[in-house]
Amino acid sequence: MLDWRWDFTLDILPRLLVATGNTLLAAGLGYAIAVVLGLVLALAQRTPSRAFTMVVREMVEFIRSTPLVLQIFFVFYVAPQFGIRLSPWTAGMIAIGLHYAAYLSEVYRGGLESVPKGQWEAATSLNLSTARTYFRVIIPQAMPPSLAGMGNYLVGILKDTPMLSVIGVAELMHTANAIGSETYRFLEPYTMVGVIFLALSLPTAAAIRLFEAWLRRKLGMI
Amino acid sequence: MRENDLTGYPLKLEGPDRPMVRFANVTKSYGSLTVLDSLDLDVAEGEMVTIIGPSGSGKTTVLRMLMTLETINGGVIYVDGDPLTHMPQGDRLVPANRRHVRQIRSKIGMCFQQFNLFPHMTALENCMEGPVHVLGMPKKDAQERAEELLAMVGMADKRDQHPSRLSGGQQQRVAIARALAMRPKVMLFDEVTSALDPEVIGEVTNVIRKLVSEHNLTMLMVTHQMGFARDISDRICFFYGGRIEEQGTPDELFNHPQKERTQQFLRAVKEAV
Amino acid sequence: MSYLEFLSQYGDRILSGTLVTIVLTILSALLAMAIALAAGLMRMSRNFLVRAAATVYIEIFRGTSLLVQLYWIFFVLPLFGITLEKFTAGFVAVGMNLGAYGAELVRGAILSVPRGQWEAAQAINMTPTKRMLRIILPQALLIMLPSWGNLLIELLKGTALVALIAVADLMFQVKQINGTTFMSAESFGTALVIYYILARFMITPFMRWLERFMQRKLGRA
Repeated sequence: MLDWRWDFTLDILPRLLVATGNTLLAAGLGYAIAVVLGLVLALAQRTPSRAFTMVVREMVEFIRSTPLVLQIFFVFYVAPQFGIRLSPWTAGMIAIGLHYAAYLSEVYRGGLESVPKGQWEAATSLNLSTARTYFRVIIPQAMPPSLAGMGNYLVGILKDTPMLSVIGVAELMHTANAIGSETYRFLEPYTMVGVIFLALSLPTAAAIRLFEAWLRRKLGMI
Repeated sequence: MRENDLTGYPLKLEGPDRPMVRFANVTKSYGSLTVLDSLDLDVAEGEMVTIIGPSGSGKTTVLRMLMTLETINGGVIYVDGDPLTHMPQGDRLVPANRRHVRQIRSKIGMCFQQFNLFPHMTALENCMEGPVHVLGMPKKDAQERAEELLAMVGMADKRDQHPSRLSGGQQQRVAIARALAMRPKVMLFDEVTSALDPEVIGEVTNVIRKLVSEHNLTMLMVTHQMGFARDISDRICFFYGGRIEEQGTPDELFNHPQKERTQQFLRAVKEAV
Repeated sequence: MSYLEFLSQYGDRILSGTLVTIVLTILSALLAMAIALAAGLMRMSRNFLVRAAATVYIEIFRGTSLLVQLYWIFFVLPLFGITLEKFTAGFVAVGMNLGAYGAELVRGAILSVPRGQWEAAQAINMTPTKRMLRIILPQALLIMLPSWGNLLIELLKGTALVALIAVADLMFQVKQINGTTFMSAESFGTALVIYYILARFMITPFMRWLERFMQRKLGRA
């Protein structure tokens, strides 16, 4: 390849690997937030109050249909206008966590809908409370069909972490940009970033498929 | 629930002869379609009542309303003397809140046509779920009781199996054990053999026979198994068009049906066998 | 200043940015569909090399982020002699990225067309090409449409990234406005609302109309 310098690549590799750690941390934290918040959003769309349900629904649609990078800017720059100074990390986590919570809530909704109505009726016949019905009967059965979608978004959130670079979070993209502007060499940094992402996302996707199969077996629902 | 005139309904049924279940002038409609029309039905304690009739006659709805799977549009349902769908407020009845419904509903258990076992739990866990998480039983006691009941329905050796490994008849028997684990006073059976292959229907009906002969449970059953109904029921109710067309002892209804529609239905059923 | 004053002062810049976003979206969409069709069909080829080429393309573009691809195309490709002007780099990156996802949609949809259709076409002695063009693809198109709707919204959201290579789209404009006025809520908020309107009230209804149109054309309304 034109002018590829291996020595330079090896030079910058340590810095890139450290940044990879940040990338993974950002993805992991953001995903953890999204998994929990997404469930809250999904359940919030199943309350008896139609008005509340509709409001939550529109909110979720709004977050899903608008660019994450714009949402990141919004959270980071608007918060101070309300007197809250957010660090890039915090703003980034809020924005990306909320964004992916909206995606995951749709996945959960599908999973919840797929649980047969008879399960609800059986729970009623045993006089289980609503909370117990959700936690012991419905949600466990809503999980396996949701796993494929959840896995896709895990990979997705990993690939979306570069957007955090726009508010200065020191993850992979940000570091590659920095190297590029310092050394005027973009070929190696950007290519390595691409390679590292591939190295992260492809095995993750494969691992998720295996986990899904294992979970199905364990829950006895083949 | 639509507002209906609730004066004239007692706040509580008293007396040693009071029925275990009472439908007092109960109406159910879906929009303009009336499924049940001013139904009056009493079931005495320990009585076994079977409801038969053509589809659309409202028979399943009766059971589902008792299990609060459907709301009612008129009248009051009483269980063990207390109103189920309503609650006393001062000297009047008002629509019941969730807490009241759950309290009274705890006396009723139900078995479904589609079994509805929890697929992610073993047979034993299915039977323990209610006692542990609703009745607050300690796990050990709940397990003992569950094992007893599974033994009674002949499923003791399958207690660690998941429903996906069980046949229809086996699942239904576990479902019966699960319902019994809650110590209900009233058991409802909604076409519990209709989804089963003919060869295994006997498994389930035998369990129900056992229940009838050995326990003093009040039972309401909807079924198409006429022979079985005739054998074990104290009373048969023939439903037509949302009303009780005719009722009586099995002998009275099957051998000496009075009404034209009853006779027609029984003829059609006999021909189908 | 009030929001109305904000709009009257910066409205024209926001509008021009929106127009750029719309044009970018349309261009990327066309590119993505062409690529998706090509790559999807290539994935189903019996030739191993053809299949492999498509698979490599799909895996690379789905396994890395759009932002990385955008930067690579704009900053690195010139080193290989391919210098793209930033607007072009923008829609090429978005189109190639979403084309990879689209390829899977195309493949899935073609596979969903009932086997009987293939056999019937063969029975009247159609060539494979004619069969694909006249029988299979039209039916596959209808199957794909709902998922393409989602993809188009992703495309729209993806175009926002071109602001980072200084293409004057909606995102870029509000970023500039925020930079000078610090009215973050107004500028970014307005942009969010505009993207939302484009997605929910333009793309989604358009896709639904397209679905109905295709159903009529295929006699399935």
